[in-house]
Amino acid sequence: MSIEISAVTKYFGDFRALDAVDLSIPTGKITALLGPSGGGKTTLLRIIAGLERPDAGRVVIEGTDATGLPVQQRNVGFVFQHYAAFKHLTVAKNVAFGLEIRKRPADEVRRRVDELLELVHLGQFAHRLPSQLSGGQRQRMALARALAIEPTVLLLDEPFGALDAKVRKELRDWLRRLHDEVHVTTVFVTHDQEEALEVADEIVVISEGRVEQVGTPDELYDAPANDFVMSFLGPVTRLGGVLVRPHDVEISLVPVLDGAEGTVARVQRIGFAERVTVLTDDGEDVVVEMTRTSARTLGIGVGQTVWLSAAAGAPSARAGVSA
Amino acid sequence: MGESRRRPFTYVLRCAVVGYLLLLVVWPLVLVVTHAFEGGAGTVLGLFAEPGTLAALRLTALAAVLATAINLVFGVAISLVLVRVQFPGKRILSALVDLPLAVSPVVVGLALMLVYSGRTGWFGPTLESWGLTVIFSTPGIVMATAFVSLPLVVREVVPVLHEIGTEQEQAAASLGASGTQTFWRITLPSIKWAVVYGVVLTLARSLGEFGAVKVVSGNVLGQTRTATLAVEEMYLNFDQQGAYAIAFLLASVSVLAILIVSVLRSRAERTERKATP
Repeated sequence: MSIEISAVTKYFGDFRALDAVDLSIPTGKITALLGPSGGGKTTLLRIIAGLERPDAGRVVIEGTDATGLPVQQRNVGFVFQHYAAFKHLTVAKNVAFGLEIRKRPADEVRRRVDELLELVHLGQFAHRLPSQLSGGQRQRMALARALAIEPTVLLLDEPFGALDAKVRKELRDWLRRLHDEVHVTTVFVTHDQEEALEVADEIVVISEGRVEQVGTPDELYDAPANDFVMSFLGPVTRLGGVLVRPHDVEISLVPVLDGAEGTVARVQRIGFAERVTVLTDDGEDVVVEMTRTSARTLGIGVGQTVWLSAAAGAPSARAGVSA
Repeated sequence: MGESRRRPFTYVLRCAVVGYLLLLVVWPLVLVVTHAFEGGAGTVLGLFAEPGTLAALRLTALAAVLATAINLVFGVAISLVLVRVQFPGKRILSALVDLPLAVSPVVVGLALMLVYSGRTGWFGPTLESWGLTVIFSTPGIVMATAFVSLPLVVREVVPVLHEIGTEQEQAAASLGASGTQTFWRITLPSIKWAVVYGVVLTLARSLGEFGAVKVVSGNVLGQTRTATLAVEEMYLNFDQQGAYAIAFLLASVSVLAILIVSVLRSRAERTERKATP
């Protein structure tokens, strides 16, 4: 295991940002720290980097106890949400910064910077200032700068949070491909479950200073540990007191075994899908999503009596555990 | 309706402002220039050849440069402490920095006398026994000048430090830079222009300091008489020509300083605007 976090606690004044967090982060993988704003995921990342000191607990990076080490000595690459570009330095000088601090020979620095700028597709922008780059380009520059020092771990704090939707999607794919090339242990913070599911090998769900669940995207999506994880990873609706995904609810026009009887209250068109709201006799508002084709085939209309059931094998939060 | 009523009003307002500046600033300054050159440029040059005047100008330049150098170092240090460090009593320190702007320079001079006076001061006799005379000597003049111009660098640098934030410094630290390396390579280049403005303003203010210096200097011709004191002395001794000549020189340096600042400022703003896509 690359990063071992044990019993890390952090207070900001009276506010408990992290509550005795234990976590192991695997070597050479991309791990996402996923959770709502203010849940403590950025604090955890900053503690791993050494930008914040824990009030209690230990951080071990690649077998070395890093708890007391200042950020300068941890050899971590850190990428900030708002890029933190050195505004007065050119793109090449930004990337060279860490190497120059380490007093590497000039020709080695030049070669390494050229390599990295090629890697992040900024070769022709080497002599521009950060202010002459777009947001996506600035973030790629920041990534090259962090990779230049050959960090033990690469830490990214909401790296795509300040970018518009299209660029964010491109950078996500690109980060995934980049990681397949350089294989550095990577931890990134996000509040976007789609981003985490798409990019990460492993996801750590963090809320209110605690780890809710750790697992691969499939594990989390198919077997969420509790209602919180289930609802955070995607849309949910409540059927018979249990959370299920709206697209995992089946509608039938004839009575089915264990089906909940109800009346169609609303039919909404959502892009290629149809969202049907059913008021069950138990008094639940159940949301069902289906393709427009299947809605048309069934002939769903407002006021109709229908029977609802969860699809066989549909994931739901493990019984007995709730956030 | 609003248009027809606003027009005469803006016109009147504009005239009032221009008239005010003319009567209070421009006309008197123009008169200083014309009086200085009343006897022709030759007389003015002749005055500057006098040893007493030269010594006064040299002393003023020395005091101004030293005070500016001191306030450059301490001004940047105080700014960093005020913005980057959290500690109780920070607001009091911040208010203390502004104090020299509010307190009359004469009071500053008297206060320095109380502490550093060679015979009666609180700390002065000790320094005197070590062979360092502060009051009625150059160190006192430099101190008085530094005191009154203290806030100028701080007030320029503090807002810029707030604006640039700490992320660039954190990024530098994560790349292995020590505190000193981060300061020289990242922080200082980011606040460069603010420091330049602060220094120019401090220099201009220091050249013109009168009240505090008058109290602590002793005003000895050729030794502790600064340019501003020389202006007063000459004026009181009916040497109006000389007084106006030195006054002209002091005013020109200050105007030049303000011009440099405004040119630098507009250039910095222009490059910033050009750089923002």
